[in-house]
Amino acid sequence: MDISKDLIAASSTSIVLAILAEEDSYGYAILKRVREASGGHLEWTDGMLYPVLHRLERLGHVKARWEAADSGRRRKYYRITKQGAAQLADERKQWLAVDATLRGIWRTLVLPVPASAPLPRGA
Amino acid sequence: MSARGNAVSLEEQIDQWRSYLNRRQAIHSVDVAELEDHLRTQIAGLSEAGLAADEAFLVAVKRMGDLDALSREFAREHSDRLWKQLVVSPADTGASQAAARTDAIVAVCLAVAAAMAIKTPALFGLQLDTDTGFYARNLALFVLPLLTGYFAWKRKLSPRTLIWLAAAFVAAALFANAYPFAPLGYTLGLTALHLPIALWLVVGIAYAGSRWSEAGGRMDFIRFSGELFIYFVLIALGGGVLTAFMAMIFQAAGIDVEPFFESWLLPCGAVGAVIIASWLVEAKQSVIENMAPVLARLFTPLFAVVLVVFLGTLLWTGRGVDIDRNLLVAFDLLLVMVLGLLLYSISARDPRVPPGVYDVMQVVLLVSALLADAVALWAIAARISEFGFSPNRVAALGENLILLVNLAWSAWLYIRFLRGQGSFTSLEHWQTSYLPVYAAWAAIVVIVFPPVFGFV
Repeated sequence: MDISKDLIAASSTSIVLAILAEEDSYGYAILKRVREASGGHLEWTDGMLYPVLHRLERLGHVKARWEAADSGRRRKYYRITKQGAAQLADERKQWLAVDATLRGIWRTLVLPVPASAPLPRGA
Repeated sequence: MSARGNAVSLEEQIDQWRSYLNRRQAIHSVDVAELEDHLRTQIAGLSEAGLAADEAFLVAVKRMGDLDALSREFAREHSDRLWKQLVVSPADTGASQAAARTDAIVAVCLAVAAAMAIKTPALFGLQLDTDTGFYARNLALFVLPLLTGYFAWKRKLSPRTLIWLAAAFVAAALFANAYPFAPLGYTLGLTALHLPIALWLVVGIAYAGSRWSEAGGRMDFIRFSGELFIYFVLIALGGGVLTAFMAMIFQAAGIDVEPFFESWLLPCGAVGAVIIASWLVEAKQSVIENMAPVLARLFTPLFAVVLVVFLGTLLWTGRGVDIDRNLLVAFDLLLVMVLGLLLYSISARDPRVPPGVYDVMQVVLLVSALLADAVALWAIAARISEFGFSPNRVAALGENLILLVNLAWSAWLYIRFLRGQGSFTSLEHWQTSYLPVYAAWAAIVVIVFPPVFGFV
């Protein structure tokens, strides 16, 4: 199952903020955490994470700092700010609302569950 | 042994990747550092999983994604970066930032020094409005030594070169001040006009440093001169606006700022601006698109059209040109203009590109300028004895000949290039090796003309 580009783009802010809410992190580790948490369904192009992080930084949702990593190289760490946490809480509400809406509709809809049905992929 | 070889090639590959990324305007070097850390961590992870170094590199680069798309994303996030910032320097690392700051401090100090230098004679009773002659012939000496000093400091010139540069300025000061010029005479005016031209070459030698002997170094100096001129004009415009506001608001308070403007703001601002503009051009040469070539490209066709129409009108109506006292000067200026257009077109042109429409336009401009100048020279030659050989006219004639020789040979080289018989580089070389000729002629006017014409 591939998640569409639009959905990835729409969810990226929330996902990044949520991961940073767990702990301060850097690009590579954030991507690793995304892969892990999504069970491999969310495949981001690595580079694309960085413009997202920079946007969050510009908006004041995260703060960046350079630190020396174990390897001796400098590494840019991101920390969620108070404003970012508020934003995350807000987005969480929105996602829950979307999720609840979809669940409500799925229940009344009589359709084969897509996950178990063979998808006409590549056909 | 082989592991070592691998490590070296991996570093090289990362170097290449980094330099490729560094060329993207929207991705600054801090971002490149961040992405590089990502790439290296990824490679380390993949290597641990058992991949060979070069395989790990390839996979890591692939996962990073298409660089064009990435650069577009960065551009969308940092749209301001596409407008290359003039004042905000993109220097990121501590060392280069410190160097940039030192540079700025030195430039500002030198600008202040130049402002003080031009006010120093006032301490000895030489006023700008009453001793115009003194200031006119020494104008270049107030600012160019400091500018040369700035580049001598930046390029870390050897003491031997420094002595020569200093000697040139001392000699210039002697010739400008030892001659008994008639007050506001012709030769005084010529010295005031030509001394800066001669000394500009000295600045060029300091600017190019060890690269003065190379065509590339001289071409850089030509580029620098063009950009400096444009920056200076922009700063002057800004200064004009500032002055206008100052005059307006102080007038409201009943204070006349004109004396302050004339004796302080204008002279100090003008000499300071030369240094500041030089520093800006020097600091921003890679940041800002060069303006002079853009203007040259814009105006080459327009000038070509004007000249062709002018020649056509002469032919059609059968009129000669009106012989006027200022005719030679007017055509000198025309040739300087054409030379400027040619120089800044050359400076921005990739010599490897085959000839195109723009090159034809350039040749049309050159040939029509030469023809127009020939008409003027022919007209004036007939009556030069009638006008007499005043110092101004001889100087103008000499300049005309120097420019004519340059442009004629340039046209010849350009036509050869168009016909595929010569390379563009030979044209570049011709222009850069011609630079000392202007300075030499200017020096002759400064040194030889006043005694020959009796300091009139």
